[in-house]
Amino acid sequence: MNTVLALEGVRHVYPNGLHALDGLDLALAEGSFTALLGPSGCGKTTTLHIAAGLLAPTAGRVRRREDPPPPGSVGFVFQEPVLLPWLDVWHNVALPLRLLRRPRAEIDGRVAALLRTVGLAALPRLHPDELSGGMRMRVAVARALVTDPRLVLMDEPFAALDELARFRLDDELQRLWLARRFTVLFVTHSVYESVYLAQRVLVMGPRPGRIVAEIPVHEPHPRDAAFRTSARFAELCRTVLAALARSGATEAAA
Amino acid sequence: MRRIGVLRRPGLVLRLAVPLLLGGGWELAVRLSGVPHWILPGPLAVGRALVEGLPVLLPALAVTLAVTLGALVVAAAGGILLALAIALSPLLEAALLPLAVTLQVIPLVAVAPVILLYVERVETALVLCAALVAFFPVLAGTLSGLERAGTAERRLFALYHASRWQELVHLRLPTALPHLLAGLRVGGTLALVGAVVAEFAAGHAGSRAGLAFRILEAGWRLDIPRMYAALVLLAASGLVLHALLRGIERAVLRRFHLAPREGS
Repeated sequence: MNTVLALEGVRHVYPNGLHALDGLDLALAEGSFTALLGPSGCGKTTTLHIAAGLLAPTAGRVRRREDPPPPGSVGFVFQEPVLLPWLDVWHNVALPLRLLRRPRAEIDGRVAALLRTVGLAALPRLHPDELSGGMRMRVAVARALVTDPRLVLMDEPFAALDELARFRLDDELQRLWLARRFTVLFVTHSVYESVYLAQRVLVMGPRPGRIVAEIPVHEPHPRDAAFRTSARFAELCRTVLAALARSGATEAAA
Repeated sequence: MRRIGVLRRPGLVLRLAVPLLLGGGWELAVRLSGVPHWILPGPLAVGRALVEGLPVLLPALAVTLAVTLGALVVAAAGGILLALAIALSPLLEAALLPLAVTLQVIPLVAVAPVILLYVERVETALVLCAALVAFFPVLAGTLSGLERAGTAERRLFALYHASRWQELVHLRLPTALPHLLAGLRVGGTLALVGAVVAEFAAGHAGSRAGLAFRILEAGWRLDIPRMYAALVLLAASGLVLHALLRGIERAVLRRFHLAPREGS
């Protein structure tokens, strides 16, 4: 397997004594789409921060192709869009490239191309306060992809959106992933979203978190609304829900 | 229709009615009691003194305002630069912040004579004195604003290995802008107060007399209406200055899309 990132026996205890992770093993194959599912507070976000290189684990190994990861090789989409309100759409998307001091011509080209891809080409001059929640999240996704990262980490990115907007963005994300084949680690607490998007659903147990179940989803991509209403989809969701229930996550969210 | 519109805004009505009632009551009390104008002039007498005194008072106001604006510029530059230095280096914070706070707690009336002792040019000394009081709100506002950047935003910058300087320029400074501007607005009105206090301490404003000197002068001459007239002028310029700074603040915040959303 061509591994982009592997966490081996990772343990993390925060300075305040919170024991977030223990014995977490996780390997991401190049170009794969993995969903990470678990109850609130089970350490999903901590896992993402360690994967991003933003946090060093208390114990265990983090293996990557290059360590530390070169800046720009990892994209991150937060729970909130985290856009800078004083920058317009164009400059928000361009921010990572500007921080990396890339040449002006390269920035112009990449931002323009990406805005076209995510359907924001018509409104580069709008500011975040002039956008809907779904639009803002689109900008956040574009910003995460603008450096052409090998690994994209997403922390419940569409959880705050209404269901229709979330379906639309799930489909957009799927399309972008199929076109660019970056590796995705997608944290969610929606069983349906994880089954709809991912090739593999990893279920985490309650804190201190570790992987307690792995459910492959062999359905071919692109998946569409028909898959969402199919018997196969329902069956996979049941399997994932059962794994969640077994993990001790009594308040497993649907 | 118009009357209903006005009545729907009780704030506006009160804003106009309270000064009118106070002024009317004052005028009435002065007239009925027969207090001589050299003890307590009524508003109408003050108004007359204001109009008659304008040729003297306006140039004096210009002198005081020049000191105020000079002080505001010095205070803004000093406050913002010091805040940036402190934000960039914890060592500088340990070295400079206690000093700034100490300067702040000594009353200006007490410091002004010392400054006047050493600074030869009185105008420069006055600007320094007024800047001393205007500077702290700018420093405090900017400093607290620089700490307002959210953790998620900082993670984003860390992800792209942003330098301290990049984080300061692209994240912390824009985040600080509303707080910086609020500090500037408070500092602006304090600069006017500082300018007047410094003029009092100096007893004169160098070659040209400021508004404080005109108040002292009118006092020596027992020209009480003129004292009041100068006070009115001072209050009016303070209000205009405040409104001006408020307007600039709002315009800048709108320009940077940092204005609070309407209705919230």
